[in-house]
Amino acid sequence: MGYDCIVCAKQVPDTKRITGEAMKEDGTVNRAALPAIFNPEDRNALEAALGVRDAHGGTVTLISMGPPSAAEVLREGLFRGVDRAILLTDRRAAVSDTHATSYILSCAIRRLPHDIVFCGRQAIDGDTAQVGPQLAEKLGITQITYLEEPAVLEGRTIRARRNVGSGFELVQADLPVLVTVMESANTPRPPAARRMMKYKKARTAGEVARELGQETGEAAAAAEVERRCQVLAEKGLLIETWDLGTIEADLAWCGRLGSPTKVHRVQWVKLAGGEYREFPATDEGVRELVTELIEEHTFG
Amino acid sequence: MIEVNRDGEVWIFAEQEAGRLSDVPLELMSKGRSLADKLGVSLAAVLAGGRVRDLSEKLVRHGADKVYVVEHERLEPYQTNSYTRVLCDLIAERKPQIVLYGATPLGRDLAPRVASAMKAGLTADCTDLQIGDHTPPGSDQVHKNLMLQIRPAFGGNIIATIVNYDRWPQMATVREGVMPLTEPDPSRRGEIIECRADLNGLALPLEILQSQRRQKKVNLKAARIIVAGGAGVGSRENFRLIWELANCLGAAVGGSRAAVDLGYVDHDHQVGQTGTTVRPALYIACGVSGAVQHRAGMSESAKILAINTDPTAAIFSVAHYGVVGDLKEVIPRMIKAVRSGAGAKA
Repeated sequence: MGYDCIVCAKQVPDTKRITGEAMKEDGTVNRAALPAIFNPEDRNALEAALGVRDAHGGTVTLISMGPPSAAEVLREGLFRGVDRAILLTDRRAAVSDTHATSYILSCAIRRLPHDIVFCGRQAIDGDTAQVGPQLAEKLGITQITYLEEPAVLEGRTIRARRNVGSGFELVQADLPVLVTVMESANTPRPPAARRMMKYKKARTAGEVARELGQETGEAAAAAEVERRCQVLAEKGLLIETWDLGTIEADLAWCGRLGSPTKVHRVQWVKLAGGEYREFPATDEGVRELVTELIEEHTFG
Repeated sequence: MIEVNRDGEVWIFAEQEAGRLSDVPLELMSKGRSLADKLGVSLAAVLAGGRVRDLSEKLVRHGADKVYVVEHERLEPYQTNSYTRVLCDLIAERKPQIVLYGATPLGRDLAPRVASAMKAGLTADCTDLQIGDHTPPGSDQVHKNLMLQIRPAFGGNIIATIVNYDRWPQMATVREGVMPLTEPDPSRRGEIIECRADLNGLALPLEILQSQRRQKKVNLKAARIIVAGGAGVGSRENFRLIWELANCLGAAVGGSRAAVDLGYVDHDHQVGQTGTTVRPALYIACGVSGAVQHRAGMSESAKILAINTDPTAAIFSVAHYGVVGDLKEVIPRMIKAVRSGAGAKA
């Protein structure tokens, strides 16, 4: 028996570690200056899938859609135990909104066996929580949002506890389903040392070409790249790369063209506290502050 | 998707559970009203559920011109598929230009599914909505009177304005607590329109085995003053100081995510992106470093007082008043000063 699990993970800028240089002169975000990480709740999604495989057997396939650098997220997934890692990358997919992103992911997932698709509830860069439900709709499968405990599987049914804000709901559904996972659902396992030793050598074809170019100081010959990829594949160290052609996506629904929402304007938030006054932490200072708050009727 | 329809109405999804209206559709009414007035169209609420007709009047008093009531036994309790069907059918039939949802757990489960099924755009977690024009880059075609969907992104470090000019309706979820709840007007009259839901034959894939809801223990949104503690409070015992100051001021107690995670205070008290968004007259942040996720939930407070040992803490950048010092000393001094009427000039 066993279940085929898919995990969708996004590489995101670490929004908690934003510094001055994260902002370019023209007011746009300098992604290059931000540390890129495995989106936190996608780690919980990965753990949920690995937990299912531990208990019942089956497979875990990790997909990350993004720029070539997202290979890092896939390596991290291999360290933690995924069976298969797929980088979904294509320039024509750039600036996809959640609608286009979920369409592209759905095209990829349709090509893979999937009993359960796990997504993190939301990514920390956009915080939309939309891709999960939109992906479920496009795959035509049941969505179970806000998983807050490990799910229980029995035959072809899943039982899951959803956090609905003011409480919880215990629900049951037939597979296949898409589940969005919250941070509280589990504690992600650390990377396994043995797997790290092995999979730190895992590469995408793009990385192979780049490294070869750096070695030789000239553009990598396609034949040599292919040979090296072949060697990696034999050792199970090739991270697959899929593009929009591989998944036969309709370009009308991808990238800018496929995105109903467009950016009108972006502003960097300048924290404006207005006038700021500091009071000393002494008896006298605190009394002065309180007096002022009483006089302006803030304290009644 | 539906065609661009300049005469389309402005809709608000009137979220309810077990016959109780949520706050957020009522909060959305005043903003919806101003959008509809600017566009010269009607404001309508979509009210779906088992037996919900009685809630229509309240929606009208808060600003709705029309209420579309959809009652069906299969609409209670909420399920993604049945509500998606109802919304999609109504949208396809009546072609609104704008549909707004609360960015609640339910709204964020439903709205993306509707948007995907309609092949329409959706912007999550807006903090403001306006009407304005947009010219796509590299084009000279001006799209007039679009809904400008304003939201924080990138962990609150940027504010993005999003538009959707071709695949309508224009839809957005709006964060709870960011739109002020206005007083109902008992003299308002509206049209109640009963709509039939075609749900027979629709598979409801979820079986709800158990459902537990509880009222929040604290209503942070209604508080005039909030005293909040962060990780800097240091311990559960020290957090008692936060409660003491709050009691002395008649204030509510809030906490940062770090304080909640450390077990100093219950999750009901959490202020910030994953907690409640508040806008009190005074927000007193004690030992709160001021991560963007926290600031996103409190920076709209009329006045902010920060008490922190670290003068470089980000919270000071949004504060109006600051005390650099140990809250274990500053709070008792504040309590003493408040009790004595401070300077007692009055």
